[in-house]
Amino acid sequence: MIRYYITDNTAAAIPLREIPEVSYADFYDDLCAKLAEPRYHLAHYFARPEEGRMRFYALLLDDDASQVLITSFATDYYDDTALPSLTACHPQVHPFERDIAERYGIRFDGMPWPKPLRFPFDRYDRRSTMDNYPFYTMEGGSLHEVNVGPIHAGIIEPGAFRFICSGEQVLHLEIALGYQHRGIEHAFETTANRLRQCCLAETVAGDSAVAHATAFVEAVEKLTGHERPAQLDRERAVALELERMAMQIADTGALSGDVSYQLGQVACEALRTMTINTTQAWCGNRFGKGLIRPHGTRFPLDAATSEMIRHNVAEIARRYNEVRQDIKSSPTLLARFEQCGVVTRDQMTELGGVGQAARSSGLMRDIRASHPWGVYAKHIRHESIVKRQGDVMARLMMRCREILQSADYIDRLLTIYEQKYADAPNPCAAPDYAAPLAPSSLSFGLVEGWRGETCHVLVTDAAGRIAACRIKDASLHNWAALALALRGEGISDFPICNKSFNLSYCGHDL
Amino acid sequence: MKILNLLLILAVAIAIPGVINRTRARLAGRRGIRFFQHLYDVRVLLRKGAVYSTTTSALFRAVPSVYLGAALVAMLFVPVGDLPAVLAFDGDLIALAYTLALGRTALILAAMDTGSPFEGMGASREALYGALSEPALLLILGTLALLTGCTSFTDLFAVGCEGRYTIALLLSAFVLTKLVFTESGRVPVDDPRTHLELTMIHEVMCLDYCGVDLAFIKIAGWCKTAALSLLAANAVAAACCPNWWFAAPLAVVLTGCSVGVVESTQARNKLVRNTTFILTIAALAALVFFTAYLLQLNIVLS
Repeated sequence: MIRYYITDNTAAAIPLREIPEVSYADFYDDLCAKLAEPRYHLAHYFARPEEGRMRFYALLLDDDASQVLITSFATDYYDDTALPSLTACHPQVHPFERDIAERYGIRFDGMPWPKPLRFPFDRYDRRSTMDNYPFYTMEGGSLHEVNVGPIHAGIIEPGAFRFICSGEQVLHLEIALGYQHRGIEHAFETTANRLRQCCLAETVAGDSAVAHATAFVEAVEKLTGHERPAQLDRERAVALELERMAMQIADTGALSGDVSYQLGQVACEALRTMTINTTQAWCGNRFGKGLIRPHGTRFPLDAATSEMIRHNVAEIARRYNEVRQDIKSSPTLLARFEQCGVVTRDQMTELGGVGQAARSSGLMRDIRASHPWGVYAKHIRHESIVKRQGDVMARLMMRCREILQSADYIDRLLTIYEQKYADAPNPCAAPDYAAPLAPSSLSFGLVEGWRGETCHVLVTDAAGRIAACRIKDASLHNWAALALALRGEGISDFPICNKSFNLSYCGHDL
Repeated sequence: MKILNLLLILAVAIAIPGVINRTRARLAGRRGIRFFQHLYDVRVLLRKGAVYSTTTSALFRAVPSVYLGAALVAMLFVPVGDLPAVLAFDGDLIALAYTLALGRTALILAAMDTGSPFEGMGASREALYGALSEPALLLILGTLALLTGCTSFTDLFAVGCEGRYTIALLLSAFVLTKLVFTESGRVPVDDPRTHLELTMIHEVMCLDYCGVDLAFIKIAGWCKTAALSLLAANAVAAACCPNWWFAAPLAVVLTGCSVGVVESTQARNKLVRNTTFILTIAALAALVFFTAYLLQLNIVLS
């Protein structure tokens, strides 16, 4: 049995020396056993050079006990023995091992699908480039390959999709990403300016600005060790739920658009505009950029703003509910969405799927419920919505229900606000960018963004500077699920399957 | 009279896309683009040159002209109500069907010529759906010929029908309207507005065309739609009011509004369902033909 540092999503930062260091053999055996149980999944697993050797950290989430288990192991810097690959037993480790192997040239023995992940500029093997990405191929006279991208016709990010098809039927889809790699983790490490770091966090994935900023700020606040006013938690949760509503509505519209259902598309586009304009009226940015800052906020809610948000959200929820009823009762839409792009619960568990896509397949993965932080640990007892079918329809209906749930949360949070601070001034202070960070510590921010689990891990050096920032967007886990969803489907159903996941390219490529 | 006929067809061809856009916009709660926006778009395209992929051959360059030519010739066979068509001879029913097929074949060949996997997929889909909708078209044309005893559109719609054939005529009009949807690549068979190459049918075959060539293909599409819509409108007109002033507006309203309404309120078919959709049209066409045959034999079921 190996030792873990056991913590939870609200506890303070962990000094590096308190994180147990185990041997790789123990690490491998224990993770092999633990990951076989669905209650555990890997939130992050990364390596970084530390004091002349390579230290590997793993954050394991225990959903049932709401615990975060942290452990580590180390190898000598020049030690090039291949480590037995965990991917071979548990495919959910795959993206993490690919990342470690690509960055540092660590070899994993028996890794079934050793491929580059995102082509960082400081990768170990410079000869591995996008031009020689090792696509999987199949031989056969009746098969043909269709390559889509990396540049796409719509206004979307770059990514290469290679289909191996027999006629219209997809046998295999391989997704090659990395075109959006910006070295954003590196940028966190090379600046000491906290404000700049916050702005960077907002740009990890443009559609999850609030989720990523919250994850980063949570991690920073754990390092500074100061308490923050409860009102700040509430405002952050309102921003997060507004973002969730906006994106889920946008996706409902996009799915309707992809099957040429015009009424659903235009109705949702209008509602999404209303939602993001509400955010803009609050903080001046439609995506909530500038809103989430450490230890304070520049846009404290006043009674008038709160009233405006509550009013708009109620109106959006009412109108959205009509769209939802229309979608549910339209046979042509049901014919397109039902039993299309099915991912089973077992597949999701194996891949370590997270967020709404996992919940649509019957796998309960929701940080708000399993590892609550902020208001989710106090005022709101979040009950996750879980669907079993795992098809496009389930993912769409998941969105519909989440929007209404988010609207309800926003209403409840703001009602508390209005009762408490109707006359009193808002207790939120201005942001504090200068608070010193605990030296030689590790802290993490775990947030359930609209797409799913968003995790930022910060490691500080002896001087209290951020020495490593490791970011994980939910997309990292879920891209593989999209590839599986397409197996056996018609190639013309790819767009709706893709849209039903709506994964982030730059969140994956960093 | 022939000149009037030609002008009317052209007017119908130009008006239909405008009416479709207007209907869609109104149903979506928008004001919509200018009624003649499609003409401005094509004017822009016509002023541009063309760029050709280096993998294509002369075939690829020749096809837009062939496609447009085929559509224009097909249009000339079509009368408006009781007016005589510009081109009329015995058997022009069949000529119309296969002139359209010629255009389709040319476009399929051009798509294959590019060597792009998208366009190959589009060509294969277009070939399949074309093969399935052809029997439907021929059966309906056969029905019309059977009811009137003529094999030229001009005679056919000028002769008119007896009252007991009304039901067969209306059903023929219905089938022809459905064929307008498949032939002009509209929802639920195809979606002319999508940007998703993998789901396209007609649009994907034209991906490598630009400028003048693209304009030709667009104009050909309008002509094809107008020709088939007028046939549907003529069938209705023959049943109640066989005059040109009734048939021409009816063609615009019938196609424009039905396409607009369907595109606003319905989702597209799953691609595999398209075959069923088109086969159902063909089956209905067969049923109409059979009904017409029974009516013509004057068998009274008692």
